Amino acid sequence: MLDCTPKEIIKRSGGMINPAKTCQPIGAMYAALGIHNCLPHSHGSQGCCAYHRSHLTRHFREPVMATSSSFTEGASVFGGGGNLKTAIKNVFSIYNPDVMAVHTTCLSETIGDDLPSIIKGAEVPEGKLVIHASTPSYQGSHITGFSNMVKGMVTYLAKATRDEKKEQVNIIPGFVNPGDMREIKRLGGELGVRSIIFPDTSGVLDSPMIGKFNMFPAGGAKVEDIRDSGNSKLTIALGYYASSDSAHLLERNCQVPAITLKTPIGIKATDDFLMTLRSKFVQEIPNQLEEERGQLVDVITDNHHHFYGKKVALFGDPDILTGLTEFILSLGMQPVHVLTGTPAGTLTGSGIFEKEIKEMLAAAGHEGRVKAAGDLFELHQWIKNEPVDLLMGNTYGKYIARAEDLPFVRVGFPILDRGVHSYLPIVGYRGAMRLVEMISDTLLDRQDRDAADEDLELVM
Amino acid sequence: MAINEKMIEEILNKYPAKVKRNRKKHIVIRDSAQENQEIEANTRTIPGVVTNRGCAFAGCKGVVLGPLKDMVHIVHGPVGCGYYSWLTRRNKARAEDPEKNFLAYCVSTDMQESDIVFGGEKKLTRMIDEVVEILKPNAITISATCPVGLIGDDIQAVARAARAKHGVNITAYSCEGYKGVSQSAGHHIANNGLMEKIIGEGDLEEPPSKYTINILGEYNIGGDSWEVERVLNDIGYEVQVVMTGNGSYEKLKNAHVAQLNLVQCHRSINYIADMLETKYGTPWLKVNFIGIRATIESLRNMALYFGDEALIKRTEEVIERELAEIEPQLEPYKKICSGKTAFCFVGGSRGHHYQGLYEELGITTVLAGYEFAHRDDYEGRDVLPNLKTDADSKNIPDLHVTPDEGRYRLKIPVERMEELKKIIPLNDYKGMINEMVDGSIVVDDLNHYETDEFIKVLKPDLFSSGIKDKYIPQKMGVPTKQLHNYDYSGPYAGFRGAINFARDVAMGFSTPTWNFIVPPWKHNPLLEGSIEQCSDDTCVKEVGA
Ligand code: SF4
Ligand code: SF4
Repeated sequence: MLDCTPKEIIKRSGGMINPAKTCQPIGAMYAALGIHNCLPHSHGSQGCCAYHRSHLTRHFREPVMATSSSFTEGASVFGGGGNLKTAIKNVFSIYNPDVMAVHTTCLSETIGDDLPSIIKGAEVPEGKLVIHASTPSYQGSHITGFSNMVKGMVTYLAKATRDEKKEQVNIIPGFVNPGDMREIKRLGGELGVRSIIFPDTSGVLDSPMIGKFNMFPAGGAKVEDIRDSGNSKLTIALGYYASSDSAHLLERNCQVPAITLKTPIGIKATDDFLMTLRSKFVQEIPNQLEEERGQLVDVITDNHHHFYGKKVALFGDPDILTGLTEFILSLGMQPVHVLTGTPAGTLTGSGIFEKEIKEMLAAAGHEGRVKAAGDLFELHQWIKNEPVDLLMGNTYGKYIARAEDLPFVRVGFPILDRGVHSYLPIVGYRGAMRLVEMISDTLLDRQDRDAADEDLELVM
Repeated sequence: MAINEKMIEEILNKYPAKVKRNRKKHIVIRDSAQENQEIEANTRTIPGVVTNRGCAFAGCKGVVLGPLKDMVHIVHGPVGCGYYSWLTRRNKARAEDPEKNFLAYCVSTDMQESDIVFGGEKKLTRMIDEVVEILKPNAITISATCPVGLIGDDIQAVARAARAKHGVNITAYSCEGYKGVSQSAGHHIANNGLMEKIIGEGDLEEPPSKYTINILGEYNIGGDSWEVERVLNDIGYEVQVVMTGNGSYEKLKNAHVAQLNLVQCHRSINYIADMLETKYGTPWLKVNFIGIRATIESLRNMALYFGDEALIKRTEEVIERELAEIEPQLEPYKKICSGKTAFCFVGGSRGHHYQGLYEELGITTVLAGYEFAHRDDYEGRDVLPNLKTDADSKNIPDLHVTPDEGRYRLKIPVERMEELKKIIPLNDYKGMINEMVDGSIVVDDLNHYETDEFIKVLKPDLFSSGIKDKYIPQKMGVPTKQLHNYDYSGPYAGFRGAINFARDVAMGFSTPTWNFIVPPWKHNPLLEGSIEQCSDDTCVKEVGA
């Protein structure tokens, strides 16, 4: 397995070998699915749309509906305006969504199609909306694409319609699973704060089996709620890379103050999230959540000997990694390699990924390799040079895990070879408890597997 | 329920007029009384319609080139295309030398904005240098994605220069996603490249054994090719190379020595099959190793081609032995499957190939179609002279090959060839429609809306297609089977494959999950309690109604 990867690291500059990121449009498509009654549309040749739908379908094991402008050579030379106008007409007559959310691809970006004016010139039925985001794949990553589509939602939909802000909070959850979005919503609900969470793929990409196919399932952020986000008292952006740009745009456009917090993975980040809501909305933390927190601390204490001191290599999306690294440190584990494929500095303000993670490591007295815009070929080489006890990341990690015979915990996007994960959270106290279970079970399964007969223990 | 023109008309009525006119030509109700039923295929996808189709890049790099294991396939473009075509097709490969198996590697030039503005040739050159230095593959391919052609990167020139510099076979494929109308364009582009720059590069002059064959259009999904080769080897054939499942540059370059080419997937590889005949005089035989009867027929046709008594006898022995092994195993599954109906909508050949296997299990295919096939895959190759080239197909040049002076050899005498053509499909494919039962529907480029509507009308017991539409029927309570990637199972080809397939399909019908869809409280409303507690007359009526 991966036998062609040498231990010796040679500096490369020709591109990625085994990337740890993918292109913008898939993130935009995912975000758009988090609007109720919305059909994502990919403006480019149809291959992109087919790839994005396939990949999302494999991760969620749910239908992922989207259309394409299906460029042919002619459209690529003369522009895709005609194709988009035809698509808009067909989408509303055949599928009748409330919103059509268009994103670009490298093709339409390279041609330079002017989407706002094409959309203006298109026949959009009364009461229906076409929004758009520019998502050139030669910048950033799928996380950037997610962020750009959320910005599109703010630009097209959010309005400040009153002077006084309402006692409600906007929460931009970032590129996380529907199970996570559901949990974030629940946390807000437990606190009794009215929250507008967008995008919200819960109820869309974790929809129940009811014996009927709904092209537009019951879930998703309602357009009127996204509109009303302009009247909220506060926006909490969860995750710098996926969420903070849109929160700041909302601040500029509608004067809603924005706070960026870490994706609430682990105790500290969840504490921060709740403390922010508590202080801005003068709410007491309900017993239920205090109990959950106490349970989490209890299971960590009870089980710390299973994972304390273990060395971990982590890879995935930057916001997830920031939360996860912090949590791994709170478990007394040692993150020695942390790598994302997403470039650090593609968004306003220069990259904070490496700085933030390095500071966390330093504060815990550890040193580690940290890299943005890296690839899994390099991560594998790092591991060959400095071995670890555990690997955490998306499905692609299984090849490294096998090559190096490492215990492997799947977390992040995409997970293509296991089911159920997208329904259950890794955020909040309960999500953290789930992570503790995954980590310690994985390490113990390995210990059992490798134990000599006389060392196999009933009680651990 | 039998379907008629009027019902199709009603389904199509929801479309805008232009879309309706277009789609109508892609749908045919099979009627054997009509000679040559025509269907429109390989035309543009309608923008804004939820299609399953992909692009030329997917057909070229994803389908044809990707499975070649000892080569590094560099994707030149932004990162996405390479990423999505990385290990997602289940084309398995086992390498003799593990250091020469690159299937688990995804190599992308990950073009950035500056590369789009100033050109990406330099970065591509650096990537080739790095691949040669670090990975040391036997050969390299470069596939272009959408922006490459537009910004004017000359990947052919980069490949030539790199080939000269490194002395490694490096070929470039201009398979930008906008070319043609589907994956099909990419198959053609890949076929041209392999034929022009790789096949024939090797220095073998004689076939390594008496019955040397190539298998074309077999991608070893879920290990299909291994199951087929197990049987072929046992009969006495030597497989020079499989194109391209578990294939390699080392084997492919000597593909010219085969005495016969088998064609499994006609759509994706017929170009090479034809060119091998023109250049080396090697005929091709259309085979189908999906389904027991089809497998037997294919084996017998091969034996007939070689015409050797011992080979014919051995073929029958192997068939008999295999049947004895699988028939008893098949019985319990047949019981579960018998009397059921299925939709079978797959890429460019399986929409046809699986119908026979379904029939053997007692399942009737009531609707079938291809995602990106051409008219000849539906109507048979007789239609080829009538096909017009349109603007989209013109963009993919035909490669004109001529007989190779040193290596062209008639494999069998002309007269015998003519005789054989009458009884076996040599250099011929009769297409899907001919084999379908009257009243069944053929749909080209079936889209989501039509899927939904046809399911409502025909209520199939099973829906077989790909990943993008898998979960739609499933939500409706209809079991599904992915026929592109086999739902992570397989092999499904050959004798033992049929058992795996039967087992998996039967599992879809038998899983208890279908019984739980409706919660008990939906069957059993709170009648008693409500009536007792409610004194108002109208209330009682409503609750009871
Ligand atoms: S990288 Fe570009 S061409 Fe490739 S899938 Fe992404 S948007 Fe499409
Ligand atoms: S077998 Fe079907 S899916 Fe596979 S390459 Fe051929 S046409 Fe495509």
